[in-house]
Amino acid sequence: MRKHFSAHIEQLIDQHDDIVFVTGDLGYNALENLGVKMGNRFINAGVAEQNMIGVAAGMASQGYRVICYSIAPFIVYRCLEQIRNDLCFHNMPVYLVGNGGGYGYGIMGSSHHAIEDIACLSGLPNIRCYVPAFVEDMHVCLDEMFARRAPAYFRLGLGKKMPEYLSIRDFGAAGTENQKSELTIVAQSPVANNLVAALNGHPFKDRVELFIVNKMPVHQLPGELSASIARTKNVLTIEEHISIGGLGSAVSLLVNENSLPINKFISLHAEGYPNGLIGSQSYHQQISGLDEENISRIINSYF
Amino acid sequence: MEHEKLQGELRKKILSLHKMANSGHIGCSLSCIDIMISILKYKEPDDSFILSKGHAATALYTILNEIGEIPDEAMDTFYKNATTLPAHPAALKYPAIPFATGSLGHGLPLASGIAKAKKLKGAAGTSYVLMSDGETNEGTTWEGAHFAVANKLDNLLVFIDKNRLQGFGNTADILGDTAAAKVWDAIGFEVMEVDGHNINAMLDARQIMTGNKNGKPKLIIANTIKGKGIDYMENKMEWHYLPMSEAQYNDALNRIKIDYNV
Repeated sequence: MRKHFSAHIEQLIDQHDDIVFVTGDLGYNALENLGVKMGNRFINAGVAEQNMIGVAAGMASQGYRVICYSIAPFIVYRCLEQIRNDLCFHNMPVYLVGNGGGYGYGIMGSSHHAIEDIACLSGLPNIRCYVPAFVEDMHVCLDEMFARRAPAYFRLGLGKKMPEYLSIRDFGAAGTENQKSELTIVAQSPVANNLVAALNGHPFKDRVELFIVNKMPVHQLPGELSASIARTKNVLTIEEHISIGGLGSAVSLLVNENSLPINKFISLHAEGYPNGLIGSQSYHQQISGLDEENISRIINSYF
Repeated sequence: MEHEKLQGELRKKILSLHKMANSGHIGCSLSCIDIMISILKYKEPDDSFILSKGHAATALYTILNEIGEIPDEAMDTFYKNATTLPAHPAALKYPAIPFATGSLGHGLPLASGIAKAKKLKGAAGTSYVLMSDGETNEGTTWEGAHFAVANKLDNLLVFIDKNRLQGFGNTADILGDTAAAKVWDAIGFEVMEVDGHNINAMLDARQIMTGNKNGKPKLIIANTIKGKGIDYMENKMEWHYLPMSEAQYNDALNRIKIDYNV
């Protein structure tokens, strides 16, 4: 996803001279071309993330749209007050790009993971968090983010190609309506690839409806998602993020506010570090039950 | 004394706002009002200003009211419900207050960003920021200072209101003098020290600094007295927090009448 992201930005900067790229001293083997192409509009702010956000807000106040790049944990947690006060309170068009959200940096350890990032950011005023799952919806999110001219957080993971049975929607992506469906699955982030793998050849594949929500916060249920839940009365949410302040809790609240009757609601989410041990991204997904095998098993439990 | 009348009048306004609101943060506003007069009363159209020590908001509101950026009607609502003028500056209310502050350590990075944007665009004007000396304890001060030097932001002019007192003691007794000239000089700033209550001295320093396009960001350390102008408040930490009684208010007005001839 990072190469597609970089290529997309390269296209944008050709068309717009008000875009500035600021990195917190990261981007080796990914941003070199962008640096050369952007010249003095590419700024390495050093290992100083709080200052980077303040500088970005100052530049945005002078008419620039500013991309701030680091890995997801460094650009969220270290500078949360700068994000809230300098960017969100003032509705500044600064786009925080965090590479490797969730357990993306796996064996690098918990300092490099970001499994509470959406919870930290999505409640702040004016900000929109983009958590694309696939390459295709990533491009749509990027276009929207640059058009919106307001604070944004972009979680960049290892997304693959979107399966053909999904198509792009305002809220992310969805499959076609299926009146025979008995389960509504709502997923977010590239962990959706595990869901796609689990559904591949799954005996109940034709009896589920799949929704990808790639923007947070969610203030209301998209119409077709609401209709699907009303029909199936069964919900499974899947996210590489803790349950507090994430997709599952948002959908749960909205389902209740809309008085939708529910038979069964399961949230699969990042469980943190229940055994205290560290491994690859797929190791942590497995520990949290976000792996293909467990997702398949959970889907079976609805039928 | 050319500026004495204005210095006295604005002090009276600051005191009256605090009396009306029965609020604190008087000493820190009185220590930096003269600095703000020297910046904002003589502001060029392309200049920008950020009050990083947001707790001195009454000083900011008072000088902005003086130069027509905040209307009188708004001043009457200070500290009241549904106001645009809370105890620390609010966001997106007045063009002359580009950033809401109140949490320390935000102004320098913001002002550096403004200066950097001006450099990229080739735009005129100076990016001013006023910090407190206690505020320079904040780590963002040092991130921002190095950024400004590395990016050759000679259109950035930092003022430090150096009253040597901070939230809970003397700066010298807490982390030491993080606003020391030699520290900033070593990082690569062009540094001057002036009397922070002498407006002509500050205007002269300002002119020298803004005219010096040597690739170095600029710092004017303004040596000040917390509570300046009110004898019983001067150099007293408690006047960071205390509101005035009726007797203290009247006493303060008398003191200004005598000292500033207003």
